[in-house]
Amino acid sequence: MKVDRRSFLGLGLGAAAGIAVSPIGMKLTDDSSIWTQNWPWTPVPVDGEVSYENSVCSLCPGSCGISIRKIDGRPVKIEGLADYPINDGGACLHGIAGLQYLYDPARVKTPLKKNGDKFEEISWDDAIAYVADKLGDIRKSGAPEKLACIVGKDQGSVSGLFKRLLKTFGSSNFYTMPSLESYLELTAATLHGEGETISFDLENASFVLSFGAGIIEGWGSPVNCFKANASRKQRHAKLYQIEPRLSNTAANADKWIPVKPGTEADLALGICAVILKNKLFDSTATANFKGGLNKFGALLQKDYTPSKTAEITGVKASDIEKIAILFAKAKMPVAVFGKGRGDGAQSLKELVAVHTLNCLVGNINKKGGAFVQPKTNYLEFPDESMDSIAGKGFGKTKIGPYVNQLVERVNASSEPVVEALFVYNANPCHSLHDSKNAKQAIGKIPFVVSFSSFLDETAMEADIILPSHTFIERLEDVPSGGGLAKTVVGLTKPIVEPLFNTKNPGDAILLIAKALEGNIAKSFEWESYEECLEGVTSGIWDSLSEEGFAIISEGIPSGSAKVNISFLAKNPLTVQAQGDFALTLIPIDNMRLISAGVAASPFAIKTVSDKVLMGRDIVVEINPLTAKGLKDGGSATLTTPIGTARVKVNFDEGIMPGVIGMVEGLGHTFDNKYVSNKGINVNDLIGPVIESGSGLDAAFGIKAKISKA
Amino acid sequence: MSEIENKAENGSTESAGECTAGEAKDDKGLGLGVIFFIVAFVACFLSGTLLFPKLLYSKKEQPFNFDHELHAGETGDCETCHSVREDGSFTGIPKLATCLDCHTEEPLGETEDEAVFTEEYVSKEKEVPWYVYSRQPDSVFFSHVAHTQAAGMDCVSCHGHIGESTSSRVYEENRLTGYSRDIWGKNIFGIKKHSWDRMKMDDCAVCHKEETGHQGYCFQCHK
Repeated sequence: MKVDRRSFLGLGLGAAAGIAVSPIGMKLTDDSSIWTQNWPWTPVPVDGEVSYENSVCSLCPGSCGISIRKIDGRPVKIEGLADYPINDGGACLHGIAGLQYLYDPARVKTPLKKNGDKFEEISWDDAIAYVADKLGDIRKSGAPEKLACIVGKDQGSVSGLFKRLLKTFGSSNFYTMPSLESYLELTAATLHGEGETISFDLENASFVLSFGAGIIEGWGSPVNCFKANASRKQRHAKLYQIEPRLSNTAANADKWIPVKPGTEADLALGICAVILKNKLFDSTATANFKGGLNKFGALLQKDYTPSKTAEITGVKASDIEKIAILFAKAKMPVAVFGKGRGDGAQSLKELVAVHTLNCLVGNINKKGGAFVQPKTNYLEFPDESMDSIAGKGFGKTKIGPYVNQLVERVNASSEPVVEALFVYNANPCHSLHDSKNAKQAIGKIPFVVSFSSFLDETAMEADIILPSHTFIERLEDVPSGGGLAKTVVGLTKPIVEPLFNTKNPGDAILLIAKALEGNIAKSFEWESYEECLEGVTSGIWDSLSEEGFAIISEGIPSGSAKVNISFLAKNPLTVQAQGDFALTLIPIDNMRLISAGVAASPFAIKTVSDKVLMGRDIVVEINPLTAKGLKDGGSATLTTPIGTARVKVNFDEGIMPGVIGMVEGLGHTFDNKYVSNKGINVNDLIGPVIESGSGLDAAFGIKAKISKA
Repeated sequence: MSEIENKAENGSTESAGECTAGEAKDDKGLGLGVIFFIVAFVACFLSGTLLFPKLLYSKKEQPFNFDHELHAGETGDCETCHSVREDGSFTGIPKLATCLDCHTEEPLGETEDEAVFTEEYVSKEKEVPWYVYSRQPDSVFFSHVAHTQAAGMDCVSCHGHIGESTSSRVYEENRLTGYSRDIWGKNIFGIKKHSWDRMKMDDCAVCHKEETGHQGYCFQCHK
């Protein structure tokens, strides 16, 4: 017998037949189908016991109630909390994606101290001792006012503790970032008197005249505004939206009134003029006016006739008259101010002019109108213990009225105006106009302490970072804001054990205060922030801890409000955009992005349309009439007096000719690959323009030119 | 006949003779081929049946031995440890907290396994990383409560007599899918003698057909 080809053929066939009859084929086919249906690299949520915990979201001033679904104690989902007095079950995309902040790659995991250009890890004890040592030196030098502090907003007990630390240290240099809440208070202070604030009853108004307020773009308390807007059709209420571009709010409105950027105040005054001339105002309401109503009226009839206003604003004279009549004759009209999200640059002239409309038609403290009432202060801090250094330093005037002036003074001075700076819940190096300038100022301050949870643009400039728990890990009182018709204080509760070596910012402040000893330690005698919170909210603590919230005010406030018209009677100047170029660049607020405080989450960034962000390129909106020489979807170079950027162009007839729109909230540069290096920061292209009379940064945009790249 | 023709005939005769001789040789060659075939067939069939499962499954020991019989005897039923939550979901293998309803940091018994349990897990407050013999792939939804409470099935129908075992058997993990061997069944051909021998989709369908008259729809389990 001879082994030949046929033997090998037999061998091969035998092997094939043997394998075919064996279970290998059947089993591997089955296994590969299971494998492909359950890719092992796809994360699968772990199974376990489901539980729900209630808390309050503090990502924006909306302060919505949230319900966090947990599996075996691990939070997996955030949903809106049903029956919560602000959002009643609703939630926005930032809120539902809130858990991503817990695992953010840019989180600061332990206290960091800068050594040269790099951060080094340091223990909490060493970090607190280091901060106390540095601050002690400043205090010993006799200039405690050289400690400054920038916080996101002046609300809640944590902000209160920062303010208290500064006061007992001896400094009045406490600053907040621009916010709708501060603009509401400033407008109320100008028209009605100090200590008052304004809110809007959007849920009941029958005619909403919005001067650029992005009611469905994240203005005010976003979920509440979404709900109020959604019910508008059922209530047969009208919304007229005045702004230079067809925003989502404008597209959703009954009428969009395009207005030249920065002339909203003039339009409001033009409408006031028609109301006064045609005697459409409420005479009972105007009886409460003082400060020169006649002078104001005369000024309007001279400078703000419909034709003159039409020339300034680009709105037809007949339309101005029509809007004025509709507004004045509406059953429950309300004029709403605060362009975009309401937390960017605003002109006091505009805010006051718009609110004067409310005052004229007599809808103050009436259903569906504007509510004017004293600011709520539910916090009862015990009196501070002040020593002579504290008293002397605190008595000195602030470096400037607002954070913009602080930046300006620090940059302008050769001597350090500020020796040490605390930054909490704010990212001025990204969200202030001319952010490079802000970065330079913060870099110039010898000792910067950041309390950020993330290594963001401002934290990168810090000398030491005392990382805070995220809102999912900490206890805090969160008062509602954003012009909501009722005031609700919610309690944010720790839903999980802190993931990293972070602290509640309240506890960090207590530790610093105790380490500073003397009158400062005496003013902070609480054992922990929790004890402090319970003490300072004692009036509402039972409700806060049991219900999760406390309603401070609800319903229509009683009484009428006095109106002092003197600010407008003096005919303040309208702010002009910086520069000489032909076009105007304006920032756009987009619901899917966040322009102040934290950056938008990776999930939210993913939802941004490619008409806004194409790959890594930011897309600007421009009217085809203005876009001569440019190609739709093509690249262009955008130049403003303070910067140049390469952008993509989107031809859009929904933006007025002569205007370029660029979204806010992109262009982050910190170490989070899901969020950073996407688009550019519009604040790198727009510089601040300080409004005379108010001191506010009122830059509604900047002059710009655009050419093919 | 011409010379050429003769040559041709001779040639053909020769070639015919060679051909015959060749056929005889081929028969022998075929015989060897058959032997090769059979050898290869048997070798491959046996490796596919005996060796392949050994390669496909990796063997893993449980963290320590668990005596079901002892525990079931102490508690009297399965539900004490494997309970259904208020929302109807099944707890599966109990968490450490459930064990601690009876156990403490002091060992309850004298076995080595009890010592491992208390030292490694109870005192360190660490969950025991049990391998689950009956875990279905993630693409499968299964409700215990619908079967045990609504349909009144007993645990044994699917899980067999694990409640009577005195020690934990070796867990075999499919290297390709990562799931337990128990889903396909111990028998590599998929032959089963008892209802609990195999837990593939067809097994669900057969029982559903018998009990409800319909094998069920895809989305009922693959949501």
